[in-house]
Amino acid sequence: MTTLSWAGRPALDRARALRLLQDYGVYAALVALFLVAVGLDTSFVQMSNIRVQLFQVAPTLLVALGMALVIGTEGIDLSVGAVIALAASVVPLYAGYGLGPVLVVGLLLGAASGALGGAMVALARIQPIVATLSLMIGVRGLAEIVNGNSAKPVTQSGVLDLGTSNIAGLPEMAWIAAGCAVLTGLLVRRTTFGRHLVAIGDNRQASRLAGLPVRRVLITVYVISGVLAALAGVLIVGHGAEADPANQGLNMELNAITAVVVGGTPLSGGRVRVLGTVAGALFMQLITAVLTQHNVHTSYTQIVEAVIIAFAVYASQERGTR
Amino acid sequence: MTAPMAVAPARAAVAGAPATTLGERLAGQIQRRGALAVLVVVCAIASATSSTFPTWSNISSILGNNSFVWLLALGMTFVIITGGIDLSVGSMYALGGVLGAYGATHGTWLAILLPLAVGAAWGAVQGLMVARARMAPFIVTLVGLLGLRGLLQAVTNEGATTYLVPQHSAFRSLGQGTWTPVLITAALFALGALLLNRTRYGATLTALGGNENAALLLGLPVARAKVLVYLLSGTLAAAAGALGGARLGSGVTTIGVGYELTAIASVVIGGTLLTGGSGSIGGTVCGVLLLAVIHNLIDHYFSQYGSAFTDTVNGGFLAVVVLMQTLLSRTQQLE
Repeated sequence: MTTLSWAGRPALDRARALRLLQDYGVYAALVALFLVAVGLDTSFVQMSNIRVQLFQVAPTLLVALGMALVIGTEGIDLSVGAVIALAASVVPLYAGYGLGPVLVVGLLLGAASGALGGAMVALARIQPIVATLSLMIGVRGLAEIVNGNSAKPVTQSGVLDLGTSNIAGLPEMAWIAAGCAVLTGLLVRRTTFGRHLVAIGDNRQASRLAGLPVRRVLITVYVISGVLAALAGVLIVGHGAEADPANQGLNMELNAITAVVVGGTPLSGGRVRVLGTVAGALFMQLITAVLTQHNVHTSYTQIVEAVIIAFAVYASQERGTR
Repeated sequence: MTAPMAVAPARAAVAGAPATTLGERLAGQIQRRGALAVLVVVCAIASATSSTFPTWSNISSILGNNSFVWLLALGMTFVIITGGIDLSVGSMYALGGVLGAYGATHGTWLAILLPLAVGAAWGAVQGLMVARARMAPFIVTLVGLLGLRGLLQAVTNEGATTYLVPQHSAFRSLGQGTWTPVLITAALFALGALLLNRTRYGATLTALGGNENAALLLGLPVARAKVLVYLLSGTLAAAAGALGGARLGSGVTTIGVGYELTAIASVVIGGTLLTGGSGSIGGTVCGVLLLAVIHNLIDHYFSQYGSAFTDTVNGGFLAVVVLMQTLLSRTQQLE
């Protein structure tokens, strides 16, 4: 506690402390939680367990990266879980032709769905939550139609390898997710497109008046989100060796939004924290892992997660001037 | 009358300028009446093309089976007018049903009071998080969605325990038939409309949704109004769940998933903008009716293709309706 006599100073200190918490809180929390996990059970750091965790977190991270870009433009994409199911539903149809066609068809479908959502947001100016909500319902139904309302096994090695093999001891999926995270970071930090995206999230009206290609950027952002979700869908099928559009990707939109927000990206747009999103996804994965490995009931797990999200957001939110 | 005075500048701040030209006024009218127009058209087409749609048995099944769930949209309307959102109502609906059924085994009053108390308490906590801790409503209520589901699982031993409403409980009669649910729902909607349009509190909500800073500077009790709005939404959702439990005769743990999205869709279709600052209970009534009628029609025409097809058509139709809404409402556009 400061004992300075003039009024402005302590407030400034508090603001600086909050700022630090906002910028680095998620990393501190991640490290602390990791230490707790290891402290509770040293076998947590065994390679086999780390691989399991990475397999689980990779699809969520891919979806969260796209979500971070969308949230950066002051949007939200509720359709990602359904896009996962749609991409998953075409895997059994094309798996016989090899991995290439599967990826091409899956990612194209993701891009098409994203373009549709983006067009609704950018051209028709429908609110993102509503536009992607109607996509979420429609696309999930479409995925179930494609798959004939049942889970289908996938046995072709090309797809399975992608979802199960390791490179340098770590899951191929995790490498792909990490690569996408690096690319997303570069996109936000180092490209004109990234600057435009953040500017639009900050103030769409001003960006338009400044002559930025607002519509094109918005549509592109939703397309990227759709493509990343579709990629996650193919990976999930490869890992689980079956396509189950009725159940795959359920709640993924919530998990992705959680990772992004815990990572310190404000829902009000105008800021994208890619590394924070990675940390956020890992953090949520760790919580789930620790609680399930210590046999905590799923109901209590959910309650604990809810409390942690609430705290993380409280700690990392943008505070007003008042 | 201070209330209208408070609303006028806020409304002006939302629209950028008071709607003075005939064109703007007309567009505003269409935006507010759009859902009604679409509803009339859809009902007319349905009555003309289907022999079963206009029958009393069909209409009473639409009304009786859905009217309690519409209360979620009523609460959501208030929340959205303040510029917030409440994603926790689906989970709250399920919890309300379980609590109602559990309470009914101990007496009718407990069946009613227990869900209401829990709904109000949880809603108040969410309201405090939004108003006092200044957290984003989307996140606060997303946490609510997860937390309440967890609580529900804990109360029912991971879904293993099912509480049944005793056969002769007076609580059961609240949910039976067509008329009781419809009358209860209609009465609550009417009260909601009075609260929004005829009280100082309603004016405060509209003002703070329009421009929170302006509302603060006007000296309106912004934080209190916000806490109350989430309390109201939580209470309505829990009450709706309890009444739904009375109708089904038991607390169903798997119910209510995605109901928050349907409620939001109803409100939006009804012409209430998610940006807050304006909204109408009448619009929400049209929104819920429109979605229910569409659902009924899709079930009727496409049920032979399976539920997946129904979902697809449903999503497509929702997109079309929202698109029409947006095209009709050019009043508060940014670009």
